[in-house]
Amino acid sequence: MTGTETALGAPAERREGREKVTGTARYAAEYDRPGRTHAWPVPATVARGRVTGVDTAAALAQPGVLAVLTHENAPRLAEPDDATLAVLQDAKVPHRGWFVALVVAETPEAARAGATAVRVSYDVEPHDSVLRRDHPASYAAEQANGGHPGSTEHGDPDTAFASAEVRVDVEYDVPPLHNHPMEPHSSTARWDGDRLIVETSSQGTSTARDVLAGMFAMPAERITVVAEHVGGGFGSKGTPRPDVVLAAMAARHTGRPVTLTLPRRLLPSVVGHRAPTLHRLRLGAGADGRLTALVHDVTTHTSRVKEFVEQAAVPARVMYAAPHSRTVHRVAPLDVPSPSWMRAPGEAPGMYALESAMDELAGELGMDPVELRVRNEPETEPDSGKPFSSRHLVECLREGARRFGWSRRDPRPRSGRTGPLLVGTGVAAATYPVMVSPSTAAARALPDGTFLVQVNATDIGTGARTVVAQIAADALGVEPGRVRIEVGSSDLPYASLAGGSSGTASWGWPVHDACVSLAERLAGRSGPLPEQGIEARADTAGRADADSPYARHAFGAHFAEVTVDTVSGEVRVRRLLGVYAAGRILNARTARSQFIGGMTMGLGMALTEDSTVDAPFGDFAESDLASYHVPAHADVPSVEAHWIEEDDPHLNPMGSKGIGEIGIVGTAAAIGNAVHHATGIRFRRLPLTPDRVLTGLLAHESPAPV
Amino acid sequence: MKTFAYVRPGSVEEAAAAFADHPGARYLGGGTNLVDLMKLGVERPETLIDVTRLPLDTVEELPDGALRVGAMVRNSDLAAHPVVRDRWPALSQALLAGASGQLRNAATTGGNLLQRTRCPYFQDLGKPCNKRQMGSGCGAREGVHRDHAVLGHSPHCIATHPSDMAVALSALDARVELHGADGPRSVPAADFHRLPGDHPERDTEIRPGELITGVVLPAATGGLPSRYRKARDRASYAFALASVAAVLRVSDGVVAQAGIAFGALAHRPWRARRAEAALLGAAPTAAAFEHAVDLELADAQPLRDNAYKVPLARRLALDVLAGLVPSATL
Repeated sequence: MTGTETALGAPAERREGREKVTGTARYAAEYDRPGRTHAWPVPATVARGRVTGVDTAAALAQPGVLAVLTHENAPRLAEPDDATLAVLQDAKVPHRGWFVALVVAETPEAARAGATAVRVSYDVEPHDSVLRRDHPASYAAEQANGGHPGSTEHGDPDTAFASAEVRVDVEYDVPPLHNHPMEPHSSTARWDGDRLIVETSSQGTSTARDVLAGMFAMPAERITVVAEHVGGGFGSKGTPRPDVVLAAMAARHTGRPVTLTLPRRLLPSVVGHRAPTLHRLRLGAGADGRLTALVHDVTTHTSRVKEFVEQAAVPARVMYAAPHSRTVHRVAPLDVPSPSWMRAPGEAPGMYALESAMDELAGELGMDPVELRVRNEPETEPDSGKPFSSRHLVECLREGARRFGWSRRDPRPRSGRTGPLLVGTGVAAATYPVMVSPSTAAARALPDGTFLVQVNATDIGTGARTVVAQIAADALGVEPGRVRIEVGSSDLPYASLAGGSSGTASWGWPVHDACVSLAERLAGRSGPLPEQGIEARADTAGRADADSPYARHAFGAHFAEVTVDTVSGEVRVRRLLGVYAAGRILNARTARSQFIGGMTMGLGMALTEDSTVDAPFGDFAESDLASYHVPAHADVPSVEAHWIEEDDPHLNPMGSKGIGEIGIVGTAAAIGNAVHHATGIRFRRLPLTPDRVLTGLLAHESPAPV
Repeated sequence: MKTFAYVRPGSVEEAAAAFADHPGARYLGGGTNLVDLMKLGVERPETLIDVTRLPLDTVEELPDGALRVGAMVRNSDLAAHPVVRDRWPALSQALLAGASGQLRNAATTGGNLLQRTRCPYFQDLGKPCNKRQMGSGCGAREGVHRDHAVLGHSPHCIATHPSDMAVALSALDARVELHGADGPRSVPAADFHRLPGDHPERDTEIRPGELITGVVLPAATGGLPSRYRKARDRASYAFALASVAAVLRVSDGVVAQAGIAFGALAHRPWRARRAEAALLGAAPTAAAFEHAVDLELADAQPLRDNAYKVPLARRLALDVLAGLVPSATL
């Protein structure tokens, strides 16, 4: 037998693994076209104002420097939907780090030296970059990111909260966070007559092509955007960033191919960040633990360039049954870099706050936090009233508790101690919506018995090629080895971007459909295939984006064990365990990798990743990977990911939900709750770095006199 | 593009001559910091004098029980050296607490001492920094300074020295051996780094053109109990929020010798002379340690956002000191 039964779900190895580990996989900056030049941006050094002059003479005098683009000489572009892409179009400086010039030179070193030599003068205006809960500029947002209503209300939450038997009214702060993919944003652009060819580090090249077509006012057919390999994005490459626009502009201006790789230190200001979120959670419950009121208020910032509202109160509309509820997003436009998507936008910070508050409520009730969540399991989606297509949060919690050994836990805070270490465990739930976008695919049967499947999926390191091959092989009823996959070019059949945990569902659906119809055509014919083979195509428009009568979400449960060093305030994670219910898992190996990666990023959010708005200057103080602390190997001793197989017929032909983001969602809360269990102290501001934890421990040891 | 000349001398004398011949030269060791700073435009040397091939890459036991460490000995090799591990364990611990495995493989002993602060304002040409450009101001003072100094800072500079190794060398009474135009000399490691004062651009007492040839660990601290402890944001590859190195000799129930140094509290490893003096002759009790450490930290002048460093350093020091005496004593 061929083993085709196991193609879908099997732990297939990444198809491009050998290329990557041997260094032959090409990334956007590695397309060394003949005559290629290199560009280096010049960031604004003021937080608000106007450019009054750009002196390029010294830069142009540098050996190897070919051109300096500024708002005065750069090609005029059509106004983009995303205003962060309107680079070098006017003199305005909306935030520190905004690009005010671009130097093009024969080598990256010459470009960098040229950028240092550009002299920019400004009219400086006073700036305001620091978010506060009571910031006078904040307003209730009409919409939160993702098209969600800015506010929702059910029943009478204020009265219900005021009269609740048990109440929790708490505030949490999540700082700005940065995506910092391993591969910085890079683009290589060249013009071939009236054609534009771009290699770029992007999560979706069909989208990138359409954006460029709009900005350069040319038909999309004359643009090819390629992202063969991408070294991570975490949302920051979901839509184009300034690098691709600048590279295309510079290539047009100079008539030479141009590569622009954004320096690491400039990323935080120009590729988006997770906006800081200030939360207030009010939970009211009966003595039985059933929620009667749930109010989640979020205050966040956006830039002066565009409104981006981190949808952090949205998961509170999904998680728990509460007859009276309100969720509100307030946003303050400040003189800060523009925020954007970062892995699980909304869910990651929102569930940190909600799941921490649930833990506080469990403490107030004297109830096991797993049981509290089980008790508040809703029958339908609380906000919409729609039935869930599938929801196995309770099973995740139970299975996680079993695997983690939760029943052996002494619930009393500060009950675990080993020498100077306080030991604690915590739990939190996770959720992430099911998203899917229309896409197209082509499948071709070739005379030699192999198949070619084409879909403009983007493999951002997740294993997209591999899982698409499995989906195709499964639909065709052949071994995956007979299926060749082409992804990562806008010349391929249009497909949506790798974002919102939607990639595999969005791409797999038309691949599945094309392969099924190809298999049917093959079954209905005899004799050899024509030389060019036979092809079937599929387009999920109208189906993938059809409204569903179901509320569709993945769920999960996170468990964490931590130690807190009472000498230093250092928190270290001993164990992380996640259990997920995310439909059918299509590749056990790459899925595990996604879950573990998300959990590791959640660990960073909980403990190490901190970004500070530098108030006097208006940008982020931590701009490199020595100061912005993503977890190191030593921080991640044991991470386990498990899942519960769900059979959900309301999703897509594969029965899958997205898995790229849910791993981060509940992790920070689980760790924070474990720190509370260890110390008896509730820390409500992330990350839990030694300065904060030690300060809490000291106050606990010697409480300030009342 | 900023070009630079590259010279690779074969001897210390040649290196010194090359420095004299090349104005604006910098010695290049492992390059783990200097090259970064060149990329950032903070350092703009005209010439790099690559000293990594100099015959300074050995660790030598001296007849009097001291240990001479060549300036080009790599951090990872020094940390793993059996004599260091056995007789000056705080040094090995400090080295292993620093940077990452890859960086320790490249970084040299001399270069480690001469690394520059990681203050973000020092590294960002778009922001003021008196260390980089005197008179431009200190961005950190009103800006982000959670990681900055609480002791010995000046109105001009609140940066800290980033080295772990140097903290151990200071506590262990090591000496830094130098070779310059006037020939060789040596200075105590504890006095090698400076406080910022009115000249924050000067990190050390090194004279122009002088080359670090080695570090000598004295017999007097060899074989004594010594420890290094560091608190940091993540378990590896993070600079200290505070650290402490200590060596202690207890004789006849009283402290007969003490060396204590703090890291990440000041512009240099902070040798805790006052605490040491308070301990000498005292019984090594928890109370004595607390008294001594509090005496040392009494002068701390925390900034808006780094007051935590004082209790953090205090607790680390008490933990380290307690670990240096048999528990029965406490």
